[in-house]
Amino acid sequence: MTTKNKLKINIGPQHPSTHGVLRLVLELEGEIIKSCEPVIGYLHRGMEKMAESHTYLQYLPIVDRIDYLSGFFNSFAYCNAVENLTQIEVSKRSQYIRVLTMEMNRLSSHLLWLGTFLLDMGATSPLFYTFRDREVILSLFEELTGQRLMYNYYTFGGLRHDVSSDWLDKITDFVKIMPKKIQDYENIITNNPIFTTRTKNIGIMSKNSALQYSITGPNLRATGINVDSRKTIHPFACSPIQLIYPELDFQIPTAQNGDSFDRYKVRVEEMKACLKLISQCVDWLKSNSGEVISPIKQPLLKVPEGEFISNVEAPRGVCSCYVKSDGSTKPYRVKWRTGSFYAVQILPKLLENAFYPDLMAIFGSLDVILPEVDR
Amino acid sequence: MEYLYFLYIELLHKYNLPEFIGMTTFPLLPFCVVAVALILVVLFLVLMERKVLAFFTQRKGPNRVGPWGLFQTIADAIKLLCKENITPTGAEKFMFNLAPLLAFVPVMVIWGLIPFSSEFDFMSYSVSALLFMTIASIPILGILLAGYASNNKYSLIGSFRAVAQAISYELPLVFVLVSVVVLASSLNLRQIVLAQISVYPFCGWFIFPAFLGFLIFFICATAELNRCPFDLPEAESELVSGYNTEYSGMKFAFFFLAEYAMMFIMCAFMATLFLGGFLSPFGFYLSEKFINNTFWAQISVYFEQVFWLFLKTFFLIFCMMLVRATLPRLKSNQLMGFAWKVLLPLSFLNLFFICCYKYFIYAK
Repeated sequence: MTTKNKLKINIGPQHPSTHGVLRLVLELEGEIIKSCEPVIGYLHRGMEKMAESHTYLQYLPIVDRIDYLSGFFNSFAYCNAVENLTQIEVSKRSQYIRVLTMEMNRLSSHLLWLGTFLLDMGATSPLFYTFRDREVILSLFEELTGQRLMYNYYTFGGLRHDVSSDWLDKITDFVKIMPKKIQDYENIITNNPIFTTRTKNIGIMSKNSALQYSITGPNLRATGINVDSRKTIHPFACSPIQLIYPELDFQIPTAQNGDSFDRYKVRVEEMKACLKLISQCVDWLKSNSGEVISPIKQPLLKVPEGEFISNVEAPRGVCSCYVKSDGSTKPYRVKWRTGSFYAVQILPKLLENAFYPDLMAIFGSLDVILPEVDR
Repeated sequence: MEYLYFLYIELLHKYNLPEFIGMTTFPLLPFCVVAVALILVVLFLVLMERKVLAFFTQRKGPNRVGPWGLFQTIADAIKLLCKENITPTGAEKFMFNLAPLLAFVPVMVIWGLIPFSSEFDFMSYSVSALLFMTIASIPILGILLAGYASNNKYSLIGSFRAVAQAISYELPLVFVLVSVVVLASSLNLRQIVLAQISVYPFCGWFIFPAFLGFLIFFICATAELNRCPFDLPEAESELVSGYNTEYSGMKFAFFFLAEYAMMFIMCAFMATLFLGGFLSPFGFYLSEKFINNTFWAQISVYFEQVFWLFLKTFFLIFCMMLVRATLPRLKSNQLMGFAWKVLLPLSFLNLFFICCYKYFIYAK
């Protein structure tokens, strides 16, 4: 039980603040964490192996479940890889709708993160406020796709169906009220002395270690490195969607210190950037029409031999999907790279000599979601 | 009191019971009345907390059992009663079972020390303020014992935190109490209330000279009660549920009841010390104005005094709930630093100020 004044303590797999089934083996000396060992794999579903026994189309609904809070991104990464392998052209309208839904999904994902992060820190109310706003987005998604989390809306070469102008009007309304809500959150959270003292200079991630651990997404940008695959075109993933983002006007928020507070700040700023993107997409979609239904009609899609990696900037870092095809109707190999996995890897480094209550301020701020880690 | 005693003896005589039974059981009756009243209050306090938190977070709160969810807590209590009592393997059985009682019983006792009205209270001693603080610090032993006996690391850390917190926050609490005692020149709680009577309505309340003291007392009371933002001993996201992780059924209910009862009593204590306790905020009692019959007016004044005390108490409880809905949790080292570096010096300052006030202004 105890060795030399050290208390070994198991956090999880069932624990209120591990956001799923992460297990952390901590060694405490008093309330100071001496070492931390994350144990993952409690939610392993064999997502990659599953691909090899399903046809390309059969695998499509499954990929939404890799990160159930941002299903559109996984769906997009997979669709994009297959589209690039088969050389299918995606119409501009469906690209815009993809960007619109993905940015809304990012917003809903960040809202959920904000609520649960504050809940981990002991504040109960923000959870209900953010869930209230997330609920609006989820109902919009439900109206569009019939699903609240596992959308299965994108197909190879397009979308299942077009969006209605009613739906776009609703989004316009939503975009109008949302900035005020985000301001409300900032008022009660950002300037709260308890919150700032608990998060500032806590869990500092240096630029170097962030790069070494290949951290991506808001966690990386909080250290001051301005890398976002929406802005920077990746050398080996010239996905057509990246032609859309340069047409849109948005800023990539960054911070300097790489502590928990900066990670919070970056995400909140990112929510504002999302709103900006959403309204631009809605404006474009209202004034332009086009075809969104995929030209591919056959259920058994034969993908030419080859391999492709597609990247997309998911809420928790770069989500990339590697698809290797041997020319048959089933993928030869599918490999996923998700942001949370790397965030869990850097956790022991961040937690070294931290206080036990800091565990929640650090782990919560990394925005780890376990189905994405284990896949 | 004597009149009630004779009534009781007469009642026993009717059933041919000897007088010594009446003599021995009569002192216990107030305890029973107090305990039952307290548990009833607590049942609705839990509902109130849930409703208030729901209001702050734009929800409805309990609304299924009974009208407006009134019987929700009773349903919960029945559920807890029916649950199996689990003692984890490796737990110190005797201490494990003793801990909830140790947390629960003192709370039931000190409730009687609060003066409800100018004439009628259950226990009144010349040092009741001191006695209150003494007994109020016993439940922490129960928490320590619970953490120690549970054979659970979360419980252990939780109870350590609770003890450290209680020790450090009790000091400023007592120093503020001393300042109130200086103002009232008495340790008797009823005398403290009566000392707050002044010519102008509510101007004599001790909150005005000792406003700083009131703030310190409120913060320390929140910490003593292990309530948010000082709820480290049961920090859900860190320690699952802290010292009561392993408790279930009625044993858990004892901890739960003790916690809420203590919240109510602490707020009543605070109302007594700073907000004039049972005194009316108008300077006169409403029933004196509106009821012509002298006897009934006197009787209803007592009830009105209880009403004023409860009103002030619930106002303070509401403030505590507001704090809970707003703030995140502190960190353990911040908590200690805050108590020793900020609150304790401030409470000295408050005491010094009050002494000066008493010597130069109040005495004249």
